[in-house]
Amino acid sequence: MTRKGILGRKVGMTQVFTENGELVPVTVVEATPNVVLQVKTMENDGYEAVQLGFQDKRDVLSNKPEQGHVSKAKTAPKRFIREINDVELGEYKVADEVKVDIFNEGDYVDVTGTTKGHGYQGNVHKDGQSRGPETHGSRYHRRPGSLGAIINRVFPGKKLPGRMGNKTVTVQNLKIVRADLDNNVLLIKGNVPGANKSFVEIKSAVRAPKK
Amino acid sequence: MRQNALIQKINQDQLREDIPNFRAGDSVRVHARVVEGTRERIQLFEGVVIRRRGTGIQATYTVRKITNGVGVERTFPVHSPRVAKLEVVRFGQVRRAKLYYLRELHGKAARIPESRRPRK
Repeated sequence: MTRKGILGRKVGMTQVFTENGELVPVTVVEATPNVVLQVKTMENDGYEAVQLGFQDKRDVLSNKPEQGHVSKAKTAPKRFIREINDVELGEYKVADEVKVDIFNEGDYVDVTGTTKGHGYQGNVHKDGQSRGPETHGSRYHRRPGSLGAIINRVFPGKKLPGRMGNKTVTVQNLKIVRADLDNNVLLIKGNVPGANKSFVEIKSAVRAPKK
Repeated sequence: MRQNALIQKINQDQLREDIPNFRAGDSVRVHARVVEGTRERIQLFEGVVIRRRGTGIQATYTVRKITNGVGVERTFPVHSPRVAKLEVVRFGQVRRAKLYYLRELHGKAARIPESRRPRK
């Protein structure tokens, strides 16, 4: 199955009324027209994909290789560049624009973003473990628990304190509530990973629910 | 907090302008659209507003009435298209923004005096 994709920026969340009056929570994603920067083919690159670029940046912020790369598509350097695979290659040419109208209302999409960073956190916050009793002489409050059998090492995957968030996360099967071509805006039901103003990648769902 | 211009634009189209000015303590008549199968009819819900919260598209209000001796509360989004019409029947005089204390009271004690000075 071929997929479609577009890059955008998370604007924030709000609510919209559907036609039958239901109030739906939506994430607003702004996706100004993406530019196809490169088409990767089997002969040339060993795999098939299209490379999209989103949002111009100043020339000063880019280096020579970047400028040379985008000059093939005759555009400005881009802030956010990603490849979309499983696409119908014939539909894309370098310098083409991809707009939000590739998606329709009711389509299911997977949204990839980088989650908010929470810094160094303990198990209780990071992994959702339960806390020990605070009183009654407990002395066991927010610790990670036993490290396992005494075999002079810790088993891989043992949940321990560490950096939380700032990870690439994909949320599957979110519904498109509206694709507004005039404002270059997608309204996606539910929440998508990341802070407001962060970049997100929207692709048609790999495992869309059957109708 | 300042709202993003794009979000504001999305919300603006959905806000209703025919909503009368009302607040907690007022008695209102809500003409709610009810869909039964394919038919749609208007159901009246009349009672006292015990809460109005939120701003913009998020705003909701809760109406309380007594049906067969049982208190019934319904919460509507202020800008819901499922409400055909909202009428204020009576302006009440109350000293609270949230009238949760009405839940404990019934009969004479649950009355709300009418506002002496009419509000715009």
